[in-house]
Amino acid sequence: MMSPKTPLLIVERLSVRYRRGRRIFNALDDVTFEIQPGETVGLVGESGSGKSTAAKAILGLAPVHAGSILLGGKDITRLSFKERRETYRQVQIVFQDPYSSLNPSRTIGDTLSEPLEAFGERDHRRRRDRVYKVLEQVHLASAAVDRYPWQFSGGQRQRIAIARALMSSPRLVILDEAVSSLDLSIQAQVLNLLQELQETAALSYLFISHDLGVVRHLCDRVVVLYRGRVMESGPALSISGQNSAHPYTYALNEAVPVPNPDAQRARRAAVGALLTSVPGDTTKIQDQQCVFAPRCPWNQPQCWRERPLLRPAYPNGVVACHRYPEWRSEIARSEPHDTLAGNGTQVIRN
Amino acid sequence: MSVLTDQVAIGPPSHSHELVRRLIRNPVAIAAITFLGIVTLLCIAAPITAPFDPLHQDLERVLSGPTDHNLLGTDTLGRDVLSRLLYGGRRSLLSVLEGVVVVTALGVPMGLAAGYAGGWVDRVLSKFGETIMALPALIIVLVVLAVLPQNEDAAMISFGLIGIPAILRVVRSATLRVREDLYVAAARVSGLNHLQIVGRHIFPRVWGPVIVQASLFAAYALLFETGIAYLGLTADPSTPTWGGMVGEASTAIQRQAWLLVPSGTLIASTILAFGLLGDALRDAVVMGEGGLAHGAPRSVVTRRDRDADTAEPLNGRSGLVLRVRNLSVSTMRSAGEIPIVDGVTFDVYAGETLGIIGESGCGKSVTALAVLRLLPQGLRAIGGQVYWQGDDLLSITERSFDGLRGSSLAYVSQEPQSSLDPTYTVGNQLVELIRHHQRVSRRKARSSAIALLRQVELQNPNQVAHAYAHELSGGMAQRVAIAFALAGRPKLLIADEPTTALDVTVQAEILGLLRRLQRETGMALILITHNWGVIADICDRAVVMYAGQIVEQSGIQEMFDRPLHPYTLGLLNSHPSLAEPGSRLSSIPGNVPSPASWAPGCRFSPRCRFVAEECVKTPIPLIDVGPGHASRCVRVDQIFAKASA
Repeated sequence: MMSPKTPLLIVERLSVRYRRGRRIFNALDDVTFEIQPGETVGLVGESGSGKSTAAKAILGLAPVHAGSILLGGKDITRLSFKERRETYRQVQIVFQDPYSSLNPSRTIGDTLSEPLEAFGERDHRRRRDRVYKVLEQVHLASAAVDRYPWQFSGGQRQRIAIARALMSSPRLVILDEAVSSLDLSIQAQVLNLLQELQETAALSYLFISHDLGVVRHLCDRVVVLYRGRVMESGPALSISGQNSAHPYTYALNEAVPVPNPDAQRARRAAVGALLTSVPGDTTKIQDQQCVFAPRCPWNQPQCWRERPLLRPAYPNGVVACHRYPEWRSEIARSEPHDTLAGNGTQVIRN
Repeated sequence: MSVLTDQVAIGPPSHSHELVRRLIRNPVAIAAITFLGIVTLLCIAAPITAPFDPLHQDLERVLSGPTDHNLLGTDTLGRDVLSRLLYGGRRSLLSVLEGVVVVTALGVPMGLAAGYAGGWVDRVLSKFGETIMALPALIIVLVVLAVLPQNEDAAMISFGLIGIPAILRVVRSATLRVREDLYVAAARVSGLNHLQIVGRHIFPRVWGPVIVQASLFAAYALLFETGIAYLGLTADPSTPTWGGMVGEASTAIQRQAWLLVPSGTLIASTILAFGLLGDALRDAVVMGEGGLAHGAPRSVVTRRDRDADTAEPLNGRSGLVLRVRNLSVSTMRSAGEIPIVDGVTFDVYAGETLGIIGESGCGKSVTALAVLRLLPQGLRAIGGQVYWQGDDLLSITERSFDGLRGSSLAYVSQEPQSSLDPTYTVGNQLVELIRHHQRVSRRKARSSAIALLRQVELQNPNQVAHAYAHELSGGMAQRVAIAFALAGRPKLLIADEPTTALDVTVQAEILGLLRRLQRETGMALILITHNWGVIADICDRAVVMYAGQIVEQSGIQEMFDRPLHPYTLGLLNSHPSLAEPGSRLSSIPGNVPSPASWAPGCRFSPRCRFVAEECVKTPIPLIDVGPGHASRCVRVDQIFAKASA
């Protein structure tokens, strides 16, 4: 996937801070990643890890404290309202909730032609043609234009939201938990649709999700965030397989129950003792420490004193952990069998 | 479908359309609108409708009272009261209009600006509103009239200005709510400018409360206008005004009391009409936002097909805790009954975990709520039995059921925060709950509360006991909710998507907690979920639901190894972790059907790739396909021949 092409999006040492009374809260702390044209990058982490803040910062909806965001070589970190609108031709977003993301009192046709109007397309007929074309791309009947959101199911609404994002022919679409609220059979349809659109329109995706199964399926590369910092980033298969280099990634992977009772039982037996009962997330974090140290079973005094920097871990992968790779060998020693991560995710049948 | 075509044909935003429809169904609103319409028309057309010149004096007919000649009598100078009322109404209603226009034309944009922009704009405008509210309206208007004597337009415009805060505040708070909706953010990313966002996406959602306020303000304005006219501040005495006529009548009250009746009645009824219209509008707006129409029947259990399956009540068979037979639930709407859950039958044994899996709308949660007799308004259990230790839970009295709920049967929902009262601490609520179940002292209850919180593996039970609901994280709140459920030492816990809203790491802990609690207490667990991973992790048996029916039921390993219904197979294969990364997932085509559009034969047949002729004609029964394994598929032998061979 890595090629000498210029990246479409570069996020460089980005920090976003919010002030809550006197306390300063680092929603994003020195976050760096990039997205190549046509690539899907996953952003994973628990709630509060800063995944959605990253999306907001790219869209100019969050206060950037430091760092920069480059889109197609142009610095879009801080823009006037007018310049910002121009970037929306190239970057679009699909939200998680297909119910509140569509205005209930406007027809689908109105909602879809709005971005075109805003970007200066005055010809009514050309707008309409474009709406029909995009509706076809997301596999919805053209009769949809005269209907209202309430006349559609959740999955169809999410297709409409995707269609809206595609209207201005963007190069990057941010998918903020875009399939998380959908039923399994519908989620599969929408994931297939996203892949199909990517192939035909050469789109890049920033796929924000807490579901590692879906991330592994859809993404080329993954960035793992915890409390606003990057823990690990690398190819999706390395991160979601048994080679994860950061204990947090490992914990996330192991926490996802696999749809196979035997494999799940074996996995639970192996992992159970290691990562259950993590202390609460309320502990105060010093700037100069590893943010994951309070939850990490492998922490050492160094982890509390010194902030780990991202360093190469495996091909195209970086990790911020003082204890890598020692902690991996500690697991290997504590496990008599190799059932742990591998068997679990590779489940039978098709 | 007819609803749909109506909607498309009429076109305008569904909101205004709906509002008008609800309004014309309300007789009070109709009466108020009709009255105001007639009065306005008659006044506007006064030169045609009035029988006399309002200034024409006929000194031979002074204070006549109603006669054939003067329908409403004459005043102290012999002028026709009816004609003067009609002409006076032009002035009074114009004044009302002036006030209302000023108040909305300024108050609405200010409210929108304050709510949408926030920050210093909001602070300045809100302070401005508060300052104006502190000013006494009458005195300000008197000052205006001192500067511009007898200028009623100036008086009403200043009255309108003073009324701004009322509308500003209403619009501001409505805007604040709408602004948070995702589609507003989406509109911004669509490239709209602020004016377009406010005009298209925010204003259409807040105008409901605006017209309510405007209509109530109209009532105030009329009262005020007649008040200052009565004081003779706005017009010279000869010009007819409603207030002036009341003033004049009061001077002649000793000689002819009637004179007070026409003007007084008209003013009172017009104000009343404005007020009633405002109330009716408010009801219509609230109904539009609030969801359920009133008059839906409370959830009641009725009996219909008692004989459907006369399964013997629990007869001490080892460990059987709950036996559900042919449970059916319907919606009660004006359109008739629509089944939501249809003939659901399953058993739950002590110490086991039964999973109910299905997609939204399949009836899995409604099944649980029916068992607990907690169906929301508009839903009714119309058939079947739920046996609990020999009693049919659906037919025992509410009172004896209350004894069971909590102590024998407990429930944990998807949104733990919503089950906690935000105004009491966790500890106080838990103490109340324990004392409800057992007669113990407050002190003893307190220590068992802490013990319960420790049992659900909360790190600092004492600290949590002193916390309020909003201070808990999602995982902590779910633990607290489980502690609440355990307070009555239940034999069966029904958990509806208990981990769906949680992070995967927290989910793993909660599932581990449920497993441990079950081992320690021997309680049975019904776990409702849409997540195959959760089913695989914790369940012993599983029931798959589709369109209100059980379509497959079996032991857990069997279900994953050898699913025997095309829907189960399709749902398992939709799981991303079962597919090659990057490849297309094998998805089930089509959408989950809504209850009104369930197919007459096999309900899955429209989406099933194995569909054949025999599938679509008659309803399909649940067929035994192996020990403890049942499937609602007539083609099970043909489709899964390979698997069973």
